[in-house]
Amino acid sequence: MNAIASALRRIGAMTIDGIWRLGFATRFLLAVLMNSGQSLRRIHLTIRELYFSGVLSLLIITVSGLFVGLVLGLQGYDILQRYGSADAVGVMVALSLLRELGPVIAALLFASRAGSAITAEIGLMKTTEQLKAMDMMAVNPIARVVAPRFWGGVLSMPLLAALFSAMGIFGGWLITVVVIGVDDGAFWSQMQAAVEFRYDVVNGVIKSAVFGTVVSLIAVFEGYDCQPTAEGVSRAITRTVVTSALAILALDFVLTSFMFRG
Amino acid sequence: MRFAYGEREVLRGIDLSVHRGQVVAIMGGSGCGKTTLLRLIGGQLRATAGTVEVEGRDVARLSGGELYALRRRMGMLFQFGALFTDMSVFDNVAFPLREHTDLPADMVRDLVLMKLQAVGLRGAAQLHPNELSGGMARRVALARAVALDPMLILYDEPFAGLDPISLGIIGQLIRRLNDALGASSVMVTHDVHESLAIVDYIYFVSDGRIVAQGTPDEIRASRDPFVHQFVHAEADGPVPFHYPAEPIERLLGGEGA
Repeated sequence: MNAIASALRRIGAMTIDGIWRLGFATRFLLAVLMNSGQSLRRIHLTIRELYFSGVLSLLIITVSGLFVGLVLGLQGYDILQRYGSADAVGVMVALSLLRELGPVIAALLFASRAGSAITAEIGLMKTTEQLKAMDMMAVNPIARVVAPRFWGGVLSMPLLAALFSAMGIFGGWLITVVVIGVDDGAFWSQMQAAVEFRYDVVNGVIKSAVFGTVVSLIAVFEGYDCQPTAEGVSRAITRTVVTSALAILALDFVLTSFMFRG
Repeated sequence: MRFAYGEREVLRGIDLSVHRGQVVAIMGGSGCGKTTLLRLIGGQLRATAGTVEVEGRDVARLSGGELYALRRRMGMLFQFGALFTDMSVFDNVAFPLREHTDLPADMVRDLVLMKLQAVGLRGAAQLHPNELSGGMARRVALARAVALDPMLILYDEPFAGLDPISLGIIGQLIRRLNDALGASSVMVTHDVHESLAIVDYIYFVSDGRIVAQGTPDEIRASRDPFVHQFVHAEADGPVPFHYPAEPIERLLGGEGA
């Protein structure tokens, strides 16, 4: 009986803690948005973060995009050629990347590279009293440190996802057209005919913008809210990666069900 | 003034004042609420009862904007410097100037080099915080704290973890900068001998209360048991060696077991 009671108590405590953190994160988002004016006026602060989150993620995004495209091309060709539709492999690669794999995998990679770095940086600044020092110098740390990193993430994510998809399509073309020998004209013309700008490309961009906002919010929030100890920072980084991954996959289902119901 | 973290009362019945031009030390054992007192003066915490006034204004009643306006006229030296690790020494000292003034770049440069000259580190302007020793980092943080010529400077354990030479340098800088700026300084520390050499007045805090106070000469001559224990670094006295526990006899199976 005692074990059941303590299990129930634990579930209750976890639920209350979860709701409390959700409320706190919402208030934190409002504070970030209200303090964004300064970081957008002093655009060099945001551009610096755009460099750290976006430009420094280019390598992992382009290389991963290329490999995902190569695999999609191989698998797609293997399946489609059984039905005599090998020429449609370009369509399959493009739609899979633009609608799903581009935004989702780029966001997962972004969370593990840039998101974890943002959490670690803000967490360490908190641990070494840099945020407190800034506050004592009458400089709001949310406006100076958090908001530029948030906007840097929000702006770079759709660009990274687009680049991921472009590299993936290039990888698909490389393996199917150059290596296997699918017709080059059929590959591109079928893709051009089947991919709709508004329905496929824009929806993909919307997805990646949503993922970028959520991952950036989780990253800055976990850093700002962490326990100011070495262990606290390490737990915050883990939470950023795990929570971001779950949020991306769950939101992807929700967004897909609204966008592509046919 | 009183202050509590939830149910736990940290400061009870603190009454002290700091006059312009004075360097005042607040001393006490670790965990006696000294740093909390600094955070109350800086407006990072609000008193549970009573008031904390800076220039005659109740810090707790200031709006966010008014508090920031007041903090622009305060400097604070954190225990380990709290330098921004992604900036050079120069940029650290320039930070408050760039954030709060529209001075042209060459004037910022001159001001920063003057502040660094005052702490003896003009030659280290291009180094990064990870290239500095503990004492140098503390001096850079001091230059940053006085970048805007504050009227009140707060020091949180400025001597912690320093070698004797750095300790002497920091002590002298605290006194010299305070006098040069015509500011007031509040220093939280447990370094008795260095403090007695530079401060004008000392408050001893224990168990959340002021238990003794006086000028350095009065403190040296004091017969107060707490002051005596503190100044002479005695292990036992009014501040007990043992953390409260049940009698050892009972634990070892003696009387009352």
